[in-house]
Amino acid sequence: MTAAAAGPAVTGHSGEPAARPASRLRPGWQVVAAKEFADHILSARFYVLLIILGIAALIPIYFAAERIRSLASGASGESAVFLALFTLSPQGIDLLRVTEFIGITAPLLGVAFSFDAVNGERHEGTLPRLLSQPIHRDDVINGKFLAGLGIIGLVLAAVVLVISGFGLFRLGIVPTDVDVARLAAWYLLTGLYVAMWLAFGMLLSVVIQRAATSALIGLGAWLFVAMPSPLPFGQLLVNIAGGVLAPASGNPDQILAAASTQQFLMRLLPSTLYREASITILNPLVTTASTPATLSQYIQAAQQLPTTQMSFDQSLLIIWPHIVVLLAITVVCFALAYVAFMRQEVRA
Amino acid sequence: MPRPGRAREPMPRKRDRGTTVPIEPEAGTEPLPIVAKGLTKRYGEVVAVDHLDLEIEPGEIFGLLGQNGAGKTTTILMLLGLTEPTSGWARVAGFDPARRPLQVKRRVGYLPDAVGFYGAMTGRQNLRYTARLNGLSRDDAEADIEAALGQVGMAARANDRVETYSRGMLQRLGIADALLKDPTVLILDEPTTAIDPLGVVEILELLRRLAHERRMAILLSSHLLSQVQSVCDRVGIFAAGRLIGVGTVEDLATRFGESEDLVEVGLELGRTTDRQAAAAPLVRLLGELADVRSVRPLDGMDGAVIVHAAPGAGAGVRAAILGLAASGTLPLTSVRQVVPSLDDIYRRALEVRGLAGHGEVAA
Repeated sequence: MTAAAAGPAVTGHSGEPAARPASRLRPGWQVVAAKEFADHILSARFYVLLIILGIAALIPIYFAAERIRSLASGASGESAVFLALFTLSPQGIDLLRVTEFIGITAPLLGVAFSFDAVNGERHEGTLPRLLSQPIHRDDVINGKFLAGLGIIGLVLAAVVLVISGFGLFRLGIVPTDVDVARLAAWYLLTGLYVAMWLAFGMLLSVVIQRAATSALIGLGAWLFVAMPSPLPFGQLLVNIAGGVLAPASGNPDQILAAASTQQFLMRLLPSTLYREASITILNPLVTTASTPATLSQYIQAAQQLPTTQMSFDQSLLIIWPHIVVLLAITVVCFALAYVAFMRQEVRA
Repeated sequence: MPRPGRAREPMPRKRDRGTTVPIEPEAGTEPLPIVAKGLTKRYGEVVAVDHLDLEIEPGEIFGLLGQNGAGKTTTILMLLGLTEPTSGWARVAGFDPARRPLQVKRRVGYLPDAVGFYGAMTGRQNLRYTARLNGLSRDDAEADIEAALGQVGMAARANDRVETYSRGMLQRLGIADALLKDPTVLILDEPTTAIDPLGVVEILELLRRLAHERRMAILLSSHLLSQVQSVCDRVGIFAAGRLIGVGTVEDLATRFGESEDLVEVGLELGRTTDRQAAAAPLVRLLGELADVRSVRPLDGMDGAVIVHAAPGAGAGVRAAILGLAASGTLPLTSVRQVVPSLDDIYRRALEVRGLAGHGEVAA
């Protein structure tokens, strides 16, 4: 209570030396998230994010416009022409499909925005100072996670809106309610996929002391899990593992077993889950998430009339397991990061 | 497995720590800023802090002295609730740091060892972040930041990016950062390392003012003993996790001071190449004086020797030396009584406690 007597050179709010009322405190995670968000916007990786997702937006504008126009003129109103903006692959190149492109780059972005979240603070020597402020320890990790998710979600939303706007104004395609719902579901699905990789990067940043090492591990995981057909490291591994587990020989039963083993193994990769789910949710013509493994399945799939369309909730039902698994991986990664961070010594 | 602080303030557990001390201050009482009883931290087999008992009064500057690895930082982290004690308890501003860490952190300004700031932000922006984390309103914050920057002499460089700062400037900014929340307790881990000698005087002067004018309790740790000597009301000597001596510098000097009176004698040896040979007859002369036990050359100072006299005989020996000088047999340049510095006390304390081996590292 002597603070009021402080000399002119000494700072002081007069009055109680006790802490300020807690009611005026914004929750710690909000302050951390706001600061991290501002940091991200000024950082070099934000420009990388803009460029990569900018390319995603340019694909339909430069490549797909022609095909969409011809498709639109020939199609009946119901076949979700609007969504074709996101699913068409110009010149038959898979990589240039918007969903595919985002599916490949999203993991990289997720890891890029979180690989140094905690070990970066440690390296700069700011962690003890940050944790000695009146915030909960998990506010740090929660705030950082939300800031990363917020910034990627924001730019992703901008990209979706730019493509949609292009479709509306230049091509004159108007989305139906269902199209909008499907697009929103795909946006949330992509957000979940990004969140999964953010959580993975966060885990690396907590467990691994050096930011460079965690970046390399994140990059390696991305290379094996998310890279598609041109450099199918993940597929290669799955093929080898599948070959060991269920070798395909002449016997049709064995071939079938090998195929389903391989599909099972592929589905262990979150990238497969995301790819299957995003194709299903954006294309009402896709009636099954699995690739046909047997001849009869293939025939069955081919025999379906092109007019057989899934309603939105039916599509959602098909990919529900995918969503649950992606969510589970995200939760596990984040929980591991969380627990590791809580138990870690402040100076390590 | 070490179990550092929890995030959410946990509910008071049934399993008590063998104490009935409340974890929050009782209404109407003004609690001691820092109390610790039997505070112990073990990392597996290693005992980092061993049954620490400590009490610090409001307005007191307490110096925690010890070499690297003595357990100073671990003690500080336990007081802040950043790491959980293995046993024993502490109260900071009346709150239990292990169970009410937020209450403690609201009241304690902390300067970590090797403090860091976000390099891409300016000093002022870094302080703004701290202000927001402490819930200061925008207007309050700007005025407080300005005042804190002025106090540590960083106002001129506040708008430069932190990555351009020197180590000493980071340290000053760290003190400003700790002052921003208007703390009742200030805990400074090695506050004067890397600050230039003139800066150290300023910083110590600031600390003294904060303690005396605002009754702030200040706990500072240091291994630069002579710097801290001038500012601390009391010091605690810390070695191998234990507090081996607590008190004012004078108290400790009598407890751990030399058991002999020391007199430093400067000798005029002339321009000879073999100084030892030139000094030898003079050393013998000094050794023959009454009450003198031994004479040792002082390292690094040519022509200076330390005369070890029996306790209480220092004045007599000095008079005798001056007598020799007056009679012309001793080419004397100086005679000085040696007062034990904190460094000497520290070394002696370690010797007395049989920890001298560790002391070598500190020097």
